[in-house]
Amino acid sequence: MFFPISGAHISPIYLAIVGFVIGILGGFFGVGGSFIAGPALRAVGLDWNFAVGTDLAHIVGKSVVAAKRHRALGNVDLKLGLIMAFGTIGGAEVGAQLIQMLKRAGNVNLVVSIVSIAVYLSISTFMIWESRKTLAQARLPSGTVKGAKAKHDPSAFKHVTSAIQRLKIAPMITLPASGVTISLWVIVLVAFVGGLFSGFLGGGAGYIRMPSMVYVLGIPTHLAVGTDLFEIIISASYGTFTHAIKGNVDILIALVMHTGAAIGAQIGAISTQYFTGPKIRLAFVPLPLIGAAIVIYTLMTGHKL
Amino acid sequence: MEFAFSHDCRRPSGGREAKPLEQMKKETIKTLRAFLIELAIYAVLVVAYFFLVLHFLGEWLHQLETRHRYTYGGVAILLIIGQAVVLENVTTLLLRLLRGRSE
Repeated sequence: MFFPISGAHISPIYLAIVGFVIGILGGFFGVGGSFIAGPALRAVGLDWNFAVGTDLAHIVGKSVVAAKRHRALGNVDLKLGLIMAFGTIGGAEVGAQLIQMLKRAGNVNLVVSIVSIAVYLSISTFMIWESRKTLAQARLPSGTVKGAKAKHDPSAFKHVTSAIQRLKIAPMITLPASGVTISLWVIVLVAFVGGLFSGFLGGGAGYIRMPSMVYVLGIPTHLAVGTDLFEIIISASYGTFTHAIKGNVDILIALVMHTGAAIGAQIGAISTQYFTGPKIRLAFVPLPLIGAAIVIYTLMTGHKL
Repeated sequence: MEFAFSHDCRRPSGGREAKPLEQMKKETIKTLRAFLIELAIYAVLVVAYFFLVLHFLGEWLHQLETRHRYTYGGVAILLIIGQAVVLENVTTLLLRLLRGRSE
């Protein structure tokens, strides 16, 4: 099928299958899935700028479906999502400026690659340690995990999270849906850092934001997944618009990808009911590792996936 | 989309509520069958969508992207959100029809 905006010939079946896989991951983990979508679009000859912008547009659609499903399951904290969207957008702009600075200095690829490998490996290592320790300590329900039960989400890192929640820096925000009261500035900081990595490393940076929401803000894992998806709708829409006006979005490709993602995202979202928080976090571990593997491959071969 | 297993096929949460294994198996088979039929109908609809809607939209969007970038940015977001809502409703309706027929 010919896509006139990007001038690419791509099989729609391929796009729908890629969308389906990313949809399942997004619905289950609350991530955008750029680390798969980018290379998958590049593999069929789409230019890098179109791959980035088109992926963002596709993420918007997938997140709408998954967030709607998570909302029906009681897994979205709208208040938290709206606050975080502002921080994310601000962070993304600063991240993009950092990239421009590094471009002028001439060492953007090396710096971004090393930072991303360090971040990915740190997240995976920490999450393996925490989720395994939590699973070993806690007696968790074996059946369906929903709504109120999900709020009792054990974590071996809980003492640090509680210390952060005790920081009384006005204004304090109460999040009834998540059962948390925390300083507004902590929420904005977490969102800003997520946005910074999004602008700096590309993609939605859900692999940083979702764990941050659990470990720093103390949001139960199921709510973190759902709220992250809701927040991604806003920040990815902003990203789509800014990329579209720069000529980096082929919306026709995004629409075709989304036909697969619409089904995958719902399967992923519904599947979260069958797993406890620590199990979702443990299953999350390979995602940043895949990201790190892609960056290492790019560094070693010089081919950008 | 309302997958049947989201309502009907939960794993037992305690001994008192545990369903007999045979009934669970039947429900799982029913759910999978409904899901596969839904997937087949959905695939036909999607293929029709590729060749009809995108064929007509393609040239117009291409022109818009070339001449009016800001409008294109807005239209792109509206299209992807609109499609997300429509597809979600279509799949929900499909499964409701399928489940209604099989029950």
